Amino acid sequence: MKEIRIHGRGGQGVVTSAELITLAAFDDGKFSHAFPFFGFERRGAPIVSFVRIDECPIRLRSHIYNPDYVIVQDPTLLDVVDVTSGLRPDGMVIANTEKEPEKLGLEGKIRIRTINATKIAMDVLGRPIMNTALIGAFAGATGEVSVDSIKNAVKSRFPGDMGEKNAEAVQKAYDMMRG
Amino acid sequence: MEIMEGSRAVAEAVKACRPNVIAAYPITPQTHIVEEISRMVADGELVSEYVRVESEHSAMSVCVGASATGARTYTATTSQGMALMHEVLFNAAGLRLPIVMTAANRSLSAPINIWNDHQDMISERDSGWIQLYSEDAQEASDMIIQAYKIAEDHDILLPVMIGMDGFILTHVHEPVELCSQEKVDDFLPLYDPIQYLTTENPLSFGTIVYPNTYTEFRYMIHEAMKKAERKIVDVASEFQDKFGRYYGGLIDTYEADDADLLILAMGSVIGTAKDAVDELRSEGKKVGIVKVRCYRPFPAEAIVESTKDAKAIAVLDKNISLGYEGALYTDVKSALYGKNGPLAMGFVLGLGGRDINKKTIKNIVAKADKAIKSGIFEAETEFVDLDLEVL
Repeated sequence: MKEIRIHGRGGQGVVTSAELITLAAFDDGKFSHAFPFFGFERRGAPIVSFVRIDECPIRLRSHIYNPDYVIVQDPTLLDVVDVTSGLRPDGMVIANTEKEPEKLGLEGKIRIRTINATKIAMDVLGRPIMNTALIGAFAGATGEVSVDSIKNAVKSRFPGDMGEKNAEAVQKAYDMMRG
Repeated sequence: MEIMEGSRAVAEAVKACRPNVIAAYPITPQTHIVEEISRMVADGELVSEYVRVESEHSAMSVCVGASATGARTYTATTSQGMALMHEVLFNAAGLRLPIVMTAANRSLSAPINIWNDHQDMISERDSGWIQLYSEDAQEASDMIIQAYKIAEDHDILLPVMIGMDGFILTHVHEPVELCSQEKVDDFLPLYDPIQYLTTENPLSFGTIVYPNTYTEFRYMIHEAMKKAERKIVDVASEFQDKFGRYYGGLIDTYEADDADLLILAMGSVIGTAKDAVDELRSEGKKVGIVKVRCYRPFPAEAIVESTKDAKAIAVLDKNISLGYEGALYTDVKSALYGKNGPLAMGFVLGLGGRDINKKTIKNIVAKADKAIKSGIFEAETEFVDLDLEVL
């Protein structure tokens, strides 16, 4: 089983990101589920969302304490939330930031990949909605879900031109991670 | 199968049952269910009267009035909303109206808390509603279809509430298989009321009853509840024949046959407990689970039968009858009285959304193990993971 924890702020599409990864993993032929943990709904409040991916049906309902992957949507969270809490030794952080991994101030021997997903979103979508680009980067950095399934999930969630553009952002971020 | 939110899985099942009247007031975490149903009605996908009411008291009152005219009705609520329905819930049962309701199980104020436990439904234990609890989104969805078949049976005619853990199941996105409209139409006949309000043949429902007959009305509801035990089991089998999915009857068991220790619980915690049990089994510990699916009518006989060979049972309650103990624990001990059954321990946990993980379950098992070995059982209820720093 692979466990993913997504950190973001209310309104940034944390829940949608988890849902899209889940859809993509299921599309890849795996079992998956996603669920959020949020407080009283407020824009800007720190929010956590969880994803599990497995070869067999998933029964476990607890929060994720020892994630294989942590996705950080908002770099300002790094000062507020202990995003690497419980991260597995072989785990990875994928963060949306313009900074280099070693400049994030995350301590310990942690694999970190960074991507300026907000810039990709501005370039492709014209708006700072970076969550689709960031999950494209997740697919590229980890290989846990295929980029085609992510694109299909994005297009089914956002039909029409919006979906096409988001799929473009996904591919761009994926390619950057793949190098 | 497709990935969908638990709330949508429920809304789709409601749609397939073709309710004539839906009345609801939005409240977290039930909101997504009624948002989806109101969208279906607005888009013409579901031909039904959707009544936007100003409170849950009115939501249940509309369901009562509509059901009395012979309409199939649905509502959903949670927590404070269910508490506000309280007096109308007793009316729905007393008038023998087969209303179906989803409860997105949530704690009660004060202090205010929007997360999951079972206090809302447990506090309506004696209202005369059949109470079912679901383990996952699929079960919460499928039980809607089964619930109408149980509720509308002429031997039963009682309302049914289906619990699904708030956020944990209402907001999860997971694989769900929806039932086709054709099969649901075949499985669930149109509601055929015995008596109903109509201008052609005026009737009065709920008129005053004197001391010489009130007891008899209560007795008849009680008898219908007892009959529902059989009906729930039968409908579960019929559903399996039609749709291929089965969740057990009044209870279900997991790794229970040779278990020294059985965990009894309701709702979504069963999934986590199953994973914990698998790990404990691989360490050679004989642990199993009794999943209590139906809380009212209370499956005393099934619980006695399923636990008779165990040395001990650990009863998990996501509720507390303040001043005593968890409600399921009380009922289980009552069922076991005089039966020479296993020793029983009670654990209150998961209140107000406190997370329950595999370690929580394993700690409970270790505690019960120790008690079996030492023979010393603490009769008092234990609050799991109580944070002494906060006290």
